Amino acid sequence: MSVAAAFFYLFAGVLVASAFMVIASRNPIHSVLFLILCFVNAAGLFILIGAEFLALILVVVYVGAVAVLFLFVVMMLDVDFVELRQGFLQYLPIGALIGVIFLAELVLVVGSWATSSTVATAPQIAQATAGLSNTQMLGRVLYTDYVYFFEAAGMVLLVAMIGAIVLTLRHKTNVKRQNISAQVARTPETAMDVVKVRPGQGI
Amino acid sequence: MEIGLSHYLTVAAILFTLGTVGIFLNRKNVIVILMSVELILLAVNINLVSFSAFLGNIVGQVFALLVLTVAAAEAAIGLAILVVYYRNRGSIAVEDINAMKG
Repeated sequence: MSVAAAFFYLFAGVLVASAFMVIASRNPIHSVLFLILCFVNAAGLFILIGAEFLALILVVVYVGAVAVLFLFVVMMLDVDFVELRQGFLQYLPIGALIGVIFLAELVLVVGSWATSSTVATAPQIAQATAGLSNTQMLGRVLYTDYVYFFEAAGMVLLVAMIGAIVLTLRHKTNVKRQNISAQVARTPETAMDVVKVRPGQGI
Repeated sequence: MEIGLSHYLTVAAILFTLGTVGIFLNRKNVIVILMSVELILLAVNINLVSFSAFLGNIVGQVFALLVLTVAAAEAAIGLAILVVYYRNRGSIAVEDINAMKG
């Protein structure tokens, strides 16, 4: 068995095991940590297959952002997770049944498709980008042919950011806040009161 | 034994199945359901990247990048909705989410 095959089985085995632990662990924090392990192993698979840029993006985006976001939310919400666990065994038969059906169908499709061996004989598409690294090839395609999709992805992220801020921003009513327009609108007439005080009389 | 395309597809299929089973098993916990959706999207990404590598066409990786973007946006919005919901109702159990009688 070659080194690449050994690493494939290592990454794939840990990937599947940690994915199982994501859905089966009792504590959601453990689920998030196993999700991080899952993504790191998927990044290993991507590097093995030659997609280095996507592998590193997976680590940066998922492990660095999404998983930490999950971790924040899980730790921030004061939820009784034991109560949420109830019904796990009740749903186990139907879940396992649907899983087995799904897996059987997928294996049948992949098996019949792989035995027809269309890929093994498929000619390698000639690329004018031979000799470039994966990142360079991706950049050449992404910024020329697919630039509109790239812009659309940016718009999706912008909308998601604005949506998340709008959803979670709240102003507490009992907190004094700075009212900038009221400050700017102040004039000497409203701010000052000139009082003539005669000597010996007081106000 | 040489690692071929079908190996990667099998891993992706198992991951996809685990994601769907996770949705069914954790029917009360929205956070784990969101994590299961992330697993499903990861399986899709593995499929796209492995086809891209074995067919020698880089476009699959471009599409995987877009899927990654949408998955990140979906996680952010989903968790924001979850936080707002918890703030209003004090619970994140799925069966309590029935305000629209759907």
